[in-house]
Parts: sequence; C-alpha cells; structure tokens
Amino acid sequence: MDLSPIWLTLKLAAITTLILLVIGVPLAWWLSKKRSLVKVIIEAVITMPLVLPPSVLGFYLLLAFSPQHGFGHWLQQTFDVQFVFSFKGLVLASVIYSMPFMISPVKSAFQLLPVSLAQASYTLGKSQWQTFKYVLLPNIKPSLLTATVLTFAHTLGEFGVVLMIGGNIPGVTRVASIAVYDSVEQMDYAAANNYSLILFAITFAMVTTVFIYNKYQVKSPLE
Amino acid sequence: MIAVDIEKKLKAYNGQQVLQVKKAFIPGSITRITGPSGAGKTTFLKMLAGLITPDSGIIKTKTLSWFDAVQKINLPPQQRHIGFVFQDYALFPNMTVKQHLEYATTDAPWTNRLVTIGGLDTFADHKPNHLSGGQQQRLAILRALAIKPKLMLMDEPFSALDIKMKSALIKDLQMLFAELGATALIVSHNPQELDGISTDELEIG
Repeated sequence: MDLSPIWLTLKLAAITTLILLVIGVPLAWWLSKKRSLVKVIIEAVITMPLVLPPSVLGFYLLLAFSPQHGFGHWLQQTFDVQFVFSFKGLVLASVIYSMPFMISPVKSAFQLLPVSLAQASYTLGKSQWQTFKYVLLPNIKPSLLTATVLTFAHTLGEFGVVLMIGGNIPGVTRVASIAVYDSVEQMDYAAANNYSLILFAITFAMVTTVFIYNKYQVKSPLE
Repeated sequence: MIAVDIEKKLKAYNGQQVLQVKKAFIPGSITRITGPSGAGKTTFLKMLAGLITPDSGIIKTKTLSWFDAVQKINLPPQQRHIGFVFQDYALFPNMTVKQHLEYATTDAPWTNRLVTIGGLDTFADHKPNHLSGGQQQRLAILRALAIKPKLMLMDEPFSALDIKMKSALIKDLQMLFAELGATALIVSHNPQELDGISTDELEIG
C-alpha cells in the first residue's frame, strides 16, 4: 500500500495546526476582548467555513489563486508562488477551513477567565504581553489542547476544499481522504479500507485522549 | 498626598447614577470606604488604579498627574504602582503561593517575609485551589504588597478571615504600611473591623 497519502495528510495537519496556533491564539484573545462591529464581522467570516459547503470555499479559493486570474496571476509573477494544485495551496485552504476550530474554543476560554486576572497582573506592573503569556495562556490550557486536537483532526478529515484547490496529485496534494475516494472510484476497496481504517484510528485515539485528559484535569476554581 | 476629584456615570438597574468623589488622601493615612452595595466603591478603587477611566476630573499625586480629563492624561495601571486587593481575589490558578509573589517581585527576602506574615509558609507550593478561602484572601493581600506600593487599594480584604486571624493580620498590615510609607484605602462593610486603625472615612453613595 502506498502510505504517502497518510504522511502527506499528517504533514498537512501538523503544519496547519502550527500556523493556527501562532495566528489563531492571539486573534482569539483579541476577539475575546470588548466587542465591536468590526470584530463581529471578522468573527462571522472566520466562522463561515463551519456552515459553508467545503466545495464552495474551495471553488472561491481556486478562482482567487488560479494563475489565470488577477490575484493568482500577480502572486505568480511577483513572488513566483502558485497556490493552486500545490501543497502550499492545501496549507492555505486548510488554515482558512480549520480556523473556527481553533478560534472558537480558545476565544470562549479567554472570555470565561475573570477580567480581574488580567487587571491584577497589570497592577503588578506587567505588560499586556507578559499578562497574556504568564497569566492568561496557562489558565486556558485544557481549551487550548482541545482546540489544537480538534484543528488537527478536522484537517485530517478535509475533503472538498483540498480536492478543489489541490486536485489529486500523488505525493503533492493527494491526501488520505482523497486517496479513499480515488480507491473507491477504481474499485480498489481494500486500499480504501486501509486508508479509512488508519484515519479512523488516528482521529479516534486523538479525540479519546483529549476527553480523558480534560476529565482528569484538576478542575480550576474558574470553571 | 493623592487628590481625587472625579465623576463617572454608572449603569444601575433603575437607569443611570453618577458616582462623584472629591477627596484628598493624606500620605500614610488609612481610609475606610463605606457605602451601600452598587454605589460604586469597587468602581472608585478601579478608577484610582487606572483599570476604569473616569468620565471627567483629575487624579493626582504630589508630583504626578495620573488622570486629567481635560489634558487627556491617563497613566496606565502599570505605571501607577498600586497594590490592589480584588474582591474576588483574582489569584492566578496556574501559580503557587510562592510563584504569585515571585511574579510580582524579584526581592526574595521580602517575599519570604510576606509569606511568613500571611502564615502561608507551609503552603508556599500550593496553588489557589488547594488553599482555603481565608488563605486565598491572605495571598491576595500579600501579592498586592509584594510590589511595595505607596498606595494600597483593598476591596473587602478581610471578608473571609476569622476574627483572630483578622486582628493579627490587621496589626501586621498597619506595621507594613508604616514601613512602606503607604496610604491605604479599604472598602469595608463591617463597621468595627477597622476601628482604631483607620484615620479617615469616605462614604460613597
């Protein structure tokens, strides 16, 4: 069996999760503070992939980044970057597609922390960044773990978006979910089953681990 | 000296009310703040700390203007160097007793002394959820003292302490305030609590 779709999927999920940790956590923090119309709109845009058919998102990404069209053309001419039918494109699409899974739980966790925690830190002379790093972030650990695992697992399960923007290039964009589809198309049920079982096992193990970890975590007095 | 003359509109269940405070606090004084619930005692303390912005007025010390609505001065809480004891303690669940104090200051002898004064020596490595209500409240007070503030703002700081512990702690605090040359503003619902140590009183609402 060709295992490259599995490795590709894991690589995609890991990179996507890492990127979302770096940009998603500060963004969630910012969104958790005072509400404004701009934030509501940004949040709505971030949440859209949850309700949109993945093919719709994939279609627009395909249009936007296709070298035949304005923006994609400009990217290729100026930076020699092509997102369509490339691994980079998969990463970009996955980041957008999985963003609500990182942002939403982390944002809720920040909102559940009492305001006085940050205020106490400020009165001790600590900056916003120090407060974020030493006080707020450590106290949302369970939610952060949940968000990380959900993001990773959700990226493993992507199909529509990656198919639209990435296609089915072996070793480049052919992730496990597409390999399953492709095997079934070719009536190779044994291969489809192998890919499916591996995906099933990985996601099941991850989700179970999170449930166990969060259940046995000593409850913080904030919850 | 800290001179305050501020106004802030408060949202109340029956519309709006205006919180107005005009008072000067003498250095080293201990002022008891009283008033009905919802009158704005906590809001007043938070305005002094720079955590809430007044609508108008001024807050100034002898040498520095902390807040001036007209001149648009508003010093952030980090630069006001105030010890603040929150009503809900606002302890950090991820930090032990010792880490709370070490987060606030690097002065080890001072933190050791504070831990002893608070009677928390044997609990130094405990996190807040393994402390009793009274111990948590003492930790909140110690953390505020850790930065050696010149102004202590305490929002019902003794509510969870038994009488014996309270009177011992108040004595120690009086000594520490004198040592630091700190001015203290203490919100208290219990009229006898600060008898003999408070030198001034402010009624809000």
